[in-house]
Amino acid sequence: MQNKLKILLLAIVGAMITIEPANAGPNGDVRAEPWQMWLQEPASPTADRIVAFNAQLLVVEALILIFVLGLMGYIAFRFSAKRNRIPSKTTHHVGLEVVWTILPIFILVGLLVPSLNHLYFADRTPDAEMTLKVTGNQWYWNYTYPDYDDLTFDSLPVSEDDLKFGEPRMLTVDNKVILPVETNIRLLFTSTDVIHNWALPSLSIKLDSVPGRINETWTRIHGKYAGKTIYGMCSELCGVNHGFMPIAIQVVSKDDFATWVKKAQIEFASDKSRLIGEIRIADAMHNR
Amino acid sequence: MSNAAEAHRDDHQDHYPSFFSRWFCSTNHKDIGTVYLYVSMFAALVGGGMSWYMRLELAHPGIQYIEDFQFYNVLLTAHGFIMVFFVVMPALIGGFGNWFVPLMIGAPDMAFPRMNNISLWLLVAAFIMLLISAFVGAGVGTGWTAYPPLSNSIYHPGAAVDFGILSLHLAGASSILGAINFIVTIFNMRAPGMTLHKMPLFVWSILVTAFLLLLALPVLAGALTMLLTDRNFGTHFFDPAGGGDPILWQHLFWFFGHPEVYIIILPGFGIISQIVSTFSKKPVFGYLGMAYAMAAIGVLGFVVWAHHMYTVGLDVDTRAYFTAATMVIAVPTGVKIFSWLATMWGGSIEFKTPMLYAFGFIFLFVAGGLTGVTLANSSADLVFHDTYFVVAHFHYVMAIAAIFAMFAGWYYWIGKMSGKQYNETLGKVQFWTFFIGVNVLFFPQHFAGLAGMPRRIPDYPDAYAGWNLVSSYGAAITVIGTLLFFVVLIKTQMSGEKAAANPWGVGAKTLEWHVASPAPFHTFEDQPDMSGKAPAE
Repeated sequence: MQNKLKILLLAIVGAMITIEPANAGPNGDVRAEPWQMWLQEPASPTADRIVAFNAQLLVVEALILIFVLGLMGYIAFRFSAKRNRIPSKTTHHVGLEVVWTILPIFILVGLLVPSLNHLYFADRTPDAEMTLKVTGNQWYWNYTYPDYDDLTFDSLPVSEDDLKFGEPRMLTVDNKVILPVETNIRLLFTSTDVIHNWALPSLSIKLDSVPGRINETWTRIHGKYAGKTIYGMCSELCGVNHGFMPIAIQVVSKDDFATWVKKAQIEFASDKSRLIGEIRIADAMHNR
Repeated sequence: MSNAAEAHRDDHQDHYPSFFSRWFCSTNHKDIGTVYLYVSMFAALVGGGMSWYMRLELAHPGIQYIEDFQFYNVLLTAHGFIMVFFVVMPALIGGFGNWFVPLMIGAPDMAFPRMNNISLWLLVAAFIMLLISAFVGAGVGTGWTAYPPLSNSIYHPGAAVDFGILSLHLAGASSILGAINFIVTIFNMRAPGMTLHKMPLFVWSILVTAFLLLLALPVLAGALTMLLTDRNFGTHFFDPAGGGDPILWQHLFWFFGHPEVYIIILPGFGIISQIVSTFSKKPVFGYLGMAYAMAAIGVLGFVVWAHHMYTVGLDVDTRAYFTAATMVIAVPTGVKIFSWLATMWGGSIEFKTPMLYAFGFIFLFVAGGLTGVTLANSSADLVFHDTYFVVAHFHYVMAIAAIFAMFAGWYYWIGKMSGKQYNETLGKVQFWTFFIGVNVLFFPQHFAGLAGMPRRIPDYPDAYAGWNLVSSYGAAITVIGTLLFFVVLIKTQMSGEKAAANPWGVGAKTLEWHVASPAPFHTFEDQPDMSGKAPAE
């Protein structure tokens, strides 16, 4: 009996040891952790604001919830038929009704002011240092750097069987999009087929790529994330493989970015021909 | 007002038609209401079964059961359609609305009894169409929002989406007919002295709901027709290649879709108001505030639709407006919550099963409403849009809250409807099972959403496994709670105690408690007179 217990305990500990590193992200990558209960760590000025704002919202909402639950608990106890045999006849109280109409307005205005402030901050940047154009396709992303001679490449998901050790399931792509730190990056979005959504939780970016439209937003990745990968997933139902078009940003220093651009212009030279893109779309449609 | 003896006499005067003509050709608001309730229960098993299957798949990372991801998309689409159009609306509006609006205002029946019948059977036809759509070609895998281009003929070839469109057209026609019927009934068939300001709040809630239906559904019908012609007749309303715009669909859809969520929850408000008042043995606190809060929610419901579209690339000023307008909704809903609490305050509360469900409703609605304040912010929505946080939010505030209102209404009125009372102990066990189940099911989804898990995916990165497993255990408890309800239902029908005309005592003041249980085939042959009497709150 005791032996069995020992084996069981060892098995549980062993399972925990083997599961943990695979999930946690070997290089301190930016993505969700097991049993995470709060937002992903903020990696941009917008995300700093949004995470802080959400904390404020949560405090206000938690206080209101506790207040209402407290009232409900008190009512259930104090005014149960056992303890209060004779019900009161009160049906009106103008003062009370005015207070519970006016007070929420003040709370809401208090939330609205910072909310709109963050909204306008997150919208666009007036002084972009570079541009990344993101094109959604069923079911992969295409990235174009208009500032670097229209450097362009596709970023396709890597299937579970082809993962190397330590690469996260459902999040790994063949070509990560490379972005420099501490740079104001203008992001443009469009789509060649259906509506997709390029969502990066830790950058507080979430914008649809819509066929026939170009949407714009911006980001600026904090310096300490150089060398790390930031993960996201498509966030608009886009068909059969909607769950399987991940986004991975390899964040690099400005110097490394310049080096990478030179290399990539050679590596992805053939991708510049849109023809290849067209063929891929035709293939995808055919295979669908 | 007909007393019990007269009602009994009426009972014998009725000729009872044969099974077919009674249940299929009925023009009696009570029989039609009953059929609506059973249609809803059947649809709930279908739509709920689909969600249970999805939770089974999502219990662990990786693909276990649903290897065809299009089928997963079909399941989540059908789950949404069925729950909204064929479970909640038929039960709350068609079922309880039909049964109790005429009874509560002292009317002998609905204004247009035959229209009532076709309204019911159009809905059944719509449900059959929707079920067919899942088996035609690849099915409808667009989500209940059916956004083009995904829903157009290139990305969803075959007749499945067309069946879905026709299903919604029929359901919409059914609802518009029902809405006209309710509005005419409530405006023209109230008993003498039953002024608008004396109507029970449930009738108020159905009146506001009917206006929302009447104004919102034609917009959906127009949008659906445009989608139908885009798919089949070469128009380009939503196709950028032909000068159209996919975002136009989203504006039209959500101009309908947002009032739709209030259509789902408003009758619940009415039911909860009746129950809270009855079991606290007090009239509703701030009656006029309650009635006009519902009207205000109805009006606001039409000017906040784009908060479902914060990420489509709307102008920042537009998003600022919709953020502010959406937050305003918290004010009338706050009035409702506090008025319920004030109704209970000082009351002599009996915690029978309907009251437990009313308490549960208030908790779920407050919790879901507060996350709604977060989601109202276009800025906060940058991290929440299309995540499980949204799924948790709307299941709390709208879906499960509406289901709680349905259960509350069923336990409250089953004695009146069937003449037999449910078993109180079993009812309480059912409540606690279901209450614990849905909270274990949906609360962890807040965490998955905060951590960034997108919705509408058949598999997820391993990090989200923990909360998803908890959520699936919650789904298992919820299934037990649901099955327990059917045990209560069958036991009530088979061996329930005979219900008194008014089983709830002094708190139950509305007119339905003045007629016998079960309510006779024809009620109010002697018209009740409410002149000079207190409002039948």
